Amino acid sequence: MILKTLVAQLLSRPATNRFPAKYMPKSVTRFLARVREGRAQIHPPVPVPPKFRGKIAYDREKCIGCQLCIRVCPAKVIEFKPEVKKIRMYVARCTFCAQCVDACPVNALSLSPEFLLASTDRLSSELIVE
Amino acid sequence: MTEREPRDPNDPVLPAVEEVREAELRGVEAGLGEVFEVPIGPIHPAMKEPIRLTFRVRGERIVGVEIRTGFAHRGIEFMGMRQGRNLIQVLYLSERICGICSVSHPIAFTQAVERAAGIEVPPRAQYIRVIISELERIHSHLLWAGVAAHELGFDTLLHLTWRVREKVLDILEELTGNRIDYAIPIFGGVRRDITPEQYPKVWEAIRYYRGLLEQLLDAFLRDPTVEARTRGVGVLEPKEAEELCAVGPTARASGLRKDVRQDRPYLAYPDFEVKAITPADYGLTPIGDVYDKIVVRLLEVGQSLDIIEKALMNMPEGEITSFPKIPALLAYLKKAEGEGLGWHEAPRGEVIHYVRLVSGDESLLVWKVKAPTYSNLLSWYPMFEDQEIADIPIIAACIDPCICCMDRVYVVRDGREETWTKEQLLKLSWEKTRRLRR
Repeated sequence: MILKTLVAQLLSRPATNRFPAKYMPKSVTRFLARVREGRAQIHPPVPVPPKFRGKIAYDREKCIGCQLCIRVCPAKVIEFKPEVKKIRMYVARCTFCAQCVDACPVNALSLSPEFLLASTDRLSSELIVE
Repeated sequence: MTEREPRDPNDPVLPAVEEVREAELRGVEAGLGEVFEVPIGPIHPAMKEPIRLTFRVRGERIVGVEIRTGFAHRGIEFMGMRQGRNLIQVLYLSERICGICSVSHPIAFTQAVERAAGIEVPPRAQYIRVIISELERIHSHLLWAGVAAHELGFDTLLHLTWRVREKVLDILEELTGNRIDYAIPIFGGVRRDITPEQYPKVWEAIRYYRGLLEQLLDAFLRDPTVEARTRGVGVLEPKEAEELCAVGPTARASGLRKDVRQDRPYLAYPDFEVKAITPADYGLTPIGDVYDKIVVRLLEVGQSLDIIEKALMNMPEGEITSFPKIPALLAYLKKAEGEGLGWHEAPRGEVIHYVRLVSGDESLLVWKVKAPTYSNLLSWYPMFEDQEIADIPIIAACIDPCICCMDRVYVVRDGREETWTKEQLLKLSWEKTRRLRR
């Protein structure tokens, strides 16, 4: 089996997806800066399946402030803001179990397919949903 | 490689420390050479997990081993009990006991709570639990096979096996939304249904593995290198396996037909008539060495495929949970009272969860977890006996240890390790029970 696979590997395309760029740029940070300016394109990651559990999405208008999500969250991601009766979520703590999505009575919460969440700051604005 | 001498049936499986030391001294007097201590760990060479193995070696031969655990006790049971967590939050905590058995622990835990609270699980939910747990078994066994190949120094086979393993992870992601930590079981059912458009993808994966399994068996079992490194290495005789209460593939490789799915069927398992697999099913006489463990694990991949196939064909229609509304479930669990035991055949062996609920309290009163490695750890003693130093990694890896899942407290007072006797532990347990009942 090993010899057969080796020969097949020699003739086939690489199994990995080239992400974020098709060809290795000279400097990854400069490449990403160019992407931000809109001068370069990111080679897309492998598409995720429809049921994928990524970064949480929050519909502020629908939320009724019942706090059920706070009761079921195992990682204490969700914080209640009593003055406006809405919630704030710290995605850096999230375990992506989607229990809050199941618990929400008005479907204000959903999971987006977004999974690129790496950051050096846990409290950066991309990692707080409110 | 020399064969181990057959053991005297009257000898205890684990000899006392004093006897071992005396035998060593006698050996030195007889001119066999000095005995040295080789400490390995606490960062272990095989599974990168914290455990310390202190080997006593004479030349290249191991004459004794001392196992010390307790480096990574995480206190998960304590976190789950009366720490302001309700049962739904503890469920996700139980999922994180083990990253690889990440559906086995929740299945055992939900069963324990369901028995304690008297919750029925709809048949469709039972089938979905079985399918996910069998997919997990495939992924875990292929992972182990890759690790075993790596420990033998055969990295080509490691990459080959792990490339094959990607498919089952993709299917699990498709069905549950995550590659690991699937978050599928919940008290009274499962959280996600298998939709009609997902069936073809699962079937395709089954066909993919059916075609590959024969090739994998060929690559592992008919390879002279693998055979030379694993035949007669790390032998666990059937009697030893029985006396040391080995579970899972470790026991089955020694020829014991021991499988919780066969002995005490639960969920939908009675429908599939699971039979424990031993190397005898592959036409070999079980010896209990590393080679036999590879055979058992690879054959179990095929068995899991059979079960998934049957489950998909006979999938009953209906509800997937008896509590569609979370507030109703929380309210029911708050009122529930009683104790329950849940068990499951995890890829590594039998996992047991014990819970006790009290009414009026959202959290658990008692939660006790027995991970499979806890039962298998002792079988290391006879396995290491009279082996070579070079074989330590593969023997350590062959029980598929998961140290952090099973780690227990180690008492160190004033810089000295303390040994607790059976009577002391029993007294401690009585005191705890009295405290909890109050």
